[in-house]
Amino acid sequence: MNPEPEQPNHDEARRTFLKQSSLLTALAFTPGPVLQAAAAEIDEKVAAVFEKIPVRLDINGHKHKLSIEPRTTLLDLLREQLGLTGTKKGCDYGQCGACTVHIDGKRVNSCLTFAVMQEGKEITTIEGLAKGDDLHPMQEAFIKHDGFQCGYCTPGQIMSAVACVREGHAGSEDEIREFMSGNICRCGAYSNIVAAIQEVKGGGQKV
Amino acid sequence: MSEQLQKSQSGAIGEPMNRVDGRLKVTGAAKYSAEYELPNLVHAVLVGSTIAKGSIKNIETRQAERAPGVLAVITHLNSPKVPGFAERDHPAEPPTAGQPLRVFHDNKVVFNDQPIAVVVADTLERARYAASLVKAQYDQDKHQTNLEANLGQGYLPAQAKKNPKSPLADYQRGEADAYKNGATKLEAEYVIPSEMHNPMELQSIIAHWEAPDRLTVYDKTQAVIGTQRAFAKDWGIPEANVKVIATFVGGAFGNGLHNWPHETAAIIAAKKVGRPVKLVLTREQMFTMVGYRPYTWQKIGMSATPDGKLTAITHESVGQTSTYEQFTESTLQQTRMMYTAPNVTTRYRIASLDVSTPVWMRGPGEATGAFALESAMDEMAHALNLDPLEFRLRNYTDTDPDNGKPWSTKYLKECFQMGAERIGWSNRKQQPGSVKSGEWLVGYGMGVGTFGAHRGSAKMKAILTKKGTVVLQSATTDIGPGTGTAMVQIAATTLGLPPEKITFQLGNSTFPTAPSQGGSSTVNTVGAAVQDACIALREKLHQLAAATPNGQVFSAAKPEDIVIMEGHLSLANDKLAKAAYSDLLRQNNEAEVEVTIESKPGGSDRDKYSMYSYSVHFVQVHVQPLTGEVRVKKVISCADAGTIVNQKTAGNQMMGGAVGGIGMALTEGAVIDDRYGRYVTKDLADYHVPVHADAPNMEFAFVNKPDPHVNALGTKGIGEIAIIGMAPAIANAVFNATGKRIRELPITPDKLI
Repeated sequence: MNPEPEQPNHDEARRTFLKQSSLLTALAFTPGPVLQAAAAEIDEKVAAVFEKIPVRLDINGHKHKLSIEPRTTLLDLLREQLGLTGTKKGCDYGQCGACTVHIDGKRVNSCLTFAVMQEGKEITTIEGLAKGDDLHPMQEAFIKHDGFQCGYCTPGQIMSAVACVREGHAGSEDEIREFMSGNICRCGAYSNIVAAIQEVKGGGQKV
Repeated sequence: MSEQLQKSQSGAIGEPMNRVDGRLKVTGAAKYSAEYELPNLVHAVLVGSTIAKGSIKNIETRQAERAPGVLAVITHLNSPKVPGFAERDHPAEPPTAGQPLRVFHDNKVVFNDQPIAVVVADTLERARYAASLVKAQYDQDKHQTNLEANLGQGYLPAQAKKNPKSPLADYQRGEADAYKNGATKLEAEYVIPSEMHNPMELQSIIAHWEAPDRLTVYDKTQAVIGTQRAFAKDWGIPEANVKVIATFVGGAFGNGLHNWPHETAAIIAAKKVGRPVKLVLTREQMFTMVGYRPYTWQKIGMSATPDGKLTAITHESVGQTSTYEQFTESTLQQTRMMYTAPNVTTRYRIASLDVSTPVWMRGPGEATGAFALESAMDEMAHALNLDPLEFRLRNYTDTDPDNGKPWSTKYLKECFQMGAERIGWSNRKQQPGSVKSGEWLVGYGMGVGTFGAHRGSAKMKAILTKKGTVVLQSATTDIGPGTGTAMVQIAATTLGLPPEKITFQLGNSTFPTAPSQGGSSTVNTVGAAVQDACIALREKLHQLAAATPNGQVFSAAKPEDIVIMEGHLSLANDKLAKAAYSDLLRQNNEAEVEVTIESKPGGSDRDKYSMYSYSVHFVQVHVQPLTGEVRVKKVISCADAGTIVNQKTAGNQMMGGAVGGIGMALTEGAVIDDRYGRYVTKDLADYHVPVHADAPNMEFAFVNKPDPHVNALGTKGIGEIAIIGMAPAIANAVFNATGKRIRELPITPDKLI
């Protein structure tokens, strides 16, 4: 059943509106080549120009001036546009925690937030956790306690673990388990992850 | 030298060495298949069917084609032809018989969410949006997706029909269905739902046609060589023209042992657009087209004498498969060999439903079968008023009752002892519901697991570099167990080198052939090849050193006395002996000294012995009597897995398998809405894999005695026995806590209140 194949759907209509309104308001100061492109019906390229939004992000201490689509998630921006593939996509629905990053020091599922919402924020990914060749104590502890197997959930586990300690939610094994339950490890290295977090917490180092 | 020796000991076989790829994994530097940057890379998104059975009447792609950034929309109407699909008989490779899904080959729909189109665009967002614009109309046929409504359709798999000696064929020892005449008897049905592997890494591939007849794929697979062969066959090109890279694999648990529709779709798309194409499945698609543990119905009949000797077992099962491939697994094997029963009957059937093809999932078949067998053992022990551990000991067997052969090794009794002590089995009460902790009911349970100790053949290359380091290469993979780490330890021990001087390279089809990483056989097979390659390398070095100027001291020594140093060889008992690499290489006319060997199971041990690894899981559960909530409080998993190469990674694997068993027992079950033939559990919020809070502090113990018959290392395999027997251990503990016998997994609270 497909009763209305010819009718543009909602998204299509939104796109058309955006194109038209952008064109109208921007017409006066739109450079010639863009108008020519529009006239030549190369409209998707024009649409691309107008649908991108300038954003400044601080990622791992590096300032990025970017122009991105508003629908791009922070996760997809990191992985697909900035080559920061340490942050993992495990579900894209905020259910597995593999995409956990720190935004202004707090843990966030980067699949559930749009990149344009992070204007001016400080973002730390797994690539930014170590200080040069010196691993973060949590990274060291994960290696020592074998807090992973396949390694795919590991960046998210570590980012979450660091935040868990900072938040003061690593007081006991049970508390760690509760506050780490948003990070799934299908290999089942949970006992070793808890041991790693306990060691870092017990060591009293600044995390 | 003493420092070198110390380091070398720290990496010796058995030592809990840290993983060689640990740093890459904790820094995010490990590259998984979707993470390679290629010039001109574009993105593909699949469109799935919305019916389970029928044909596509019309497919509307114009809107998608006109959407921004779209390069191609490919359907059965315009797909480049896959040469291999045209053949009438394109049989599936193991693990299935039949015809793998021919993606975009025709308009037939054989399962819900079957790929019917792939959209390629310059960005992921644009591909995803355009994919939402593709609409299809269908001629719908009536589908069947419910196994229990179709048990009567169960049939003997083709393999068993062809070969009555196949392990899948009907089996009888003694009298058929003798349990019916037993003194104490039970008859019960057990059901497990479909379970999804759900590795954390989504199935993904980058397909790149480097030339019209040369394909490179960065693919999430457990079988780089198997994948190479499958795609070479599909596209009618030489195997050497297909390169498969799988350096890091983000978990798989079996679903990387078969090639799936999305891989072919990406390769077709790359062909069509002439650019490298990346395709990453969504989590929802991970439920519909990349395999699963099949929904299985089982029935057990069992009888025993009043003093607890089994007299008969009949074990039947029907597992679901698809309409286009026959997937089979060894669900009933454990029943044939685990206990002494003189009369055993097994009947294995599969039923074809309008679903996608299942595939091996960790502890395949055996984990399913063990749920029924080990639950029934507990039921019988209760009926006889015997301790379940005592009941198993009374039926323990020192020879394989299936074929009369002795075991190569079997230290299951030692496992029983270690586990019973650590869990505090003596605190268990025979009467269910008699132990409490506050308002929670406390129960203890056990379950036994076993899996064949398989060893195959593998090739291996070993290279000595000028710096005195050794590089090993193999087309195996590491899906998480720590393959690379174990191999480095085996090489370090064999060569007497510190582990940091050894590199093990894997996950590349241009490396020497290795089997797929499955069936708990990687260390058995590839580990043996590492050992053989290192011995061959040392022998070659010995010969070369003997032929150098002043080589007499080497020719007088034995190959095992050779010591690899930076820049030269020496001898363990004569530190002054020196053969410079430049001299060795000059005679050899090579840049490096290298050997490539093939390592095969040798001798007649396979004929003389039955080879299995064993596990027993002991658990303590707490059950909330009002809410029916089950909490696993304590787990001790013990294994007789032969030599343990690395206590740390092996223990991790053992605990991880048991965590998988917690999911199997308590939380996991994929649910299809049979009205539409479509999964309603389609993400990790609907389908519950265990999280941190579901897993207590897991414990493990290994017997760690070598099995000299499997290979020279004495290993038997861990991955499967880590989960086999865990689900029934929990079900049995729930019975001990509540007196309620749950024979249908998962044991959700509604079944206990």
